[in-house]
Amino acid sequence: MNSTALIHALIDGVLTGSVYALMATGLTLIFGVMDIINVAQGILVILGAYLSYALSVHFGIDLFAGLLITIPTLFVVGVVVERVFITRLKGPERTAMSILVTYALSLVIEGALNMIFSVNDVQLQAWYVDRSFLLFGVYFPYIYVFGFILAAGLLAALYVMLYRTRFGASIRASLADQTAAALVGIDVKRVATLCFGIGVAVTAAGGMVYGATNTFNASTSYDLITRLLTIIVLGGMGSLGGALLAGILMVTLEDVVAVMWSPVWSTMSFFIVLVIVLSLRPQGIFGKQTARVA
Amino acid sequence: MNRKGKLFRALGVASVAGASMLLMVTQSGASSSGTLAKGAPVTIGISLSLSGDFSADGQAYQQGYELWADSVNASGGLLGHKVVLDIVSDASSPTQVVTNYQDLISVKHVNLTFGPFSTLLTLPAAQAVNRYGYAMLEGAGGGPSVFQAGLKNVFDVTLPVSYDLAPFAKWLTTLPASTRPKTIAYVTSNDPFTQPVVQVAQKLIGKSGIKTVYNKVFPAEATDYTAIADAVAATKPQVVVLGSVDVPTVSAFMQAFEQAHFTPKVFVATAGPDQGQAFISAVGAGNASGMMVPNSWYGSSPIASSKAMVAAYIKKDGGTKVCTNPCTPASVNADIAEAYSVGEVMAQAVKATGGFNNAAIIKYLHSGVTLTSVQGSVKFNALGENLAQTAYTFQWQGAKFVEVNPTTDKGAVPVLFPKPAWAS
Repeated sequence: MNSTALIHALIDGVLTGSVYALMATGLTLIFGVMDIINVAQGILVILGAYLSYALSVHFGIDLFAGLLITIPTLFVVGVVVERVFITRLKGPERTAMSILVTYALSLVIEGALNMIFSVNDVQLQAWYVDRSFLLFGVYFPYIYVFGFILAAGLLAALYVMLYRTRFGASIRASLADQTAAALVGIDVKRVATLCFGIGVAVTAAGGMVYGATNTFNASTSYDLITRLLTIIVLGGMGSLGGALLAGILMVTLEDVVAVMWSPVWSTMSFFIVLVIVLSLRPQGIFGKQTARVA
Repeated sequence: MNRKGKLFRALGVASVAGASMLLMVTQSGASSSGTLAKGAPVTIGISLSLSGDFSADGQAYQQGYELWADSVNASGGLLGHKVVLDIVSDASSPTQVVTNYQDLISVKHVNLTFGPFSTLLTLPAAQAVNRYGYAMLEGAGGGPSVFQAGLKNVFDVTLPVSYDLAPFAKWLTTLPASTRPKTIAYVTSNDPFTQPVVQVAQKLIGKSGIKTVYNKVFPAEATDYTAIADAVAATKPQVVVLGSVDVPTVSAFMQAFEQAHFTPKVFVATAGPDQGQAFISAVGAGNASGMMVPNSWYGSSPIASSKAMVAAYIKKDGGTKVCTNPCTPASVNADIAEAYSVGEVMAQAVKATGGFNNAAIIKYLHSGVTLTSVQGSVKFNALGENLAQTAYTFQWQGAKFVEVNPTTDKGAVPVLFPKPAWAS
């Protein structure tokens, strides 16, 4: 296999991995602040993709411009879900129960999407979805480049929000110790609700890019959630940086193995790395070893 | 209690359990004895992938089964009994499909069973159904693993998949040397349906001197095909043979090829382009042109019963989400015809045996009798394969889905060769 294929694989891995990282960021943020494992994240990504699809097909709105509508919409969806379902979960079984509740939610959303859009696979269309440009002898698909820029921009915005704002300080305080955060006057419940909303809102962007680079239907969410959970476990549950690194690492490693060795081993190679990392660092690459105080 | 006592006790418990299980099987078997009270409906148990990886195909199968049931009920039912379909979802899981059929037979006591979607699910389903002595008629379990299992109760009404690409291989290898492609790439999912098809094609094409420049298998659970497709494109093959089970896989390769500014002269996929409207919706009509796919049925088939089925389908589902306007024969998914054929063959077996006795139905279907279906003739060999049909290759030419080979077939039109460049 020539070096061009390797360069292609590396580029594909970084560009695609960043989008997975964006989708996983919402998941890890929600877990980090709330101890909630949101297995509905996969179907929410697909919901985001379908919202972009509906705006594009029925109203002719560009996929990226449509994010101005879909991101706030999914933020509201996240807030409503948190207020209606998540906030009721209490006690030591809260995390385990969250898996059941969000799984039930994902089944409901999946059923609704199947009824509204049918199970026929669809893909988002725009001029930049199938086209590419040549740079240094390598074709760069526009959609992957735009998706990477979008993911990088949103991840940077999340970083700024977390580390440069008062609200971000509240989130970080809640991440570290919810009781202590409440004692110093932080409205932990409000922070949790907003975090859930933000965590779901980023799926709008991730879903749009995913839907423009893959054919999808509601059932696609099963593959997605498996990958997203794997990413945040490797990166360290609750760690934004970990999600970014693990997302890029996962896709890049799979792509390189696929072209340099064999596609058969591509998925397995990532899981081998996962097992090795977890053997050495059970908390993941950037995860914290100490248990958080609820 | 001494050791001997424990042993006797264990044997006693095992005997009671065994007898209970035997009783359960016998009782459930009684439902397949063939006797139905006058006016009682005949219930057919089916597990389909209504969610999960095969959900698009599973739901198309559901439409096909229901279309057949509507048709047969409109003409008085099976031997005067109204047909009721008991369809449950297996979520595309080979373990859930077994649970479903066990439940349908031993708890719900259905009279007959029809198969699920895909070779992957048909094999465990047929094995489970076989334990109860039920016949399993199916249309989507054409991979060799189903027939190599030595089951006597499984009957695939569709042509076995292994030689699906034989007409394509013959056309390709008999092209004049001046125009015949020089290089070929084989890339397939490690699925029991796709791999045998691609391997046989490789064997048939390999002798022609067309050089293989890429030959790799990718995992069925892959979700990101970009790197694999880029690797294929990097070898610049003139022919690409893709072992795919669904539309998303084909669509992903098409998109990646287009982004890599690579258009093969010939691009054939084992499944995906045969899914009518579902394929066009995903890839766009412009990009579809030139895409080839093997199958044993197409929407414009001249078989009279097929025309009637297509007309009934368009009347029922045309203009709905599953077949948006314009809903033409080319829009009709081949899965629907496969499922419909299952019902047709079962109806003929029930009529010939005069009841719903599964043992009699199995014996009848193994008798070498020739039956009919919307896909063409049906005649089962000892393995349950239907070798009476012809393998065709179809191609999207603009918005039309046409038969292109065998080239000697009177319905075949010339292959659009080389494949047009990507449209967008």
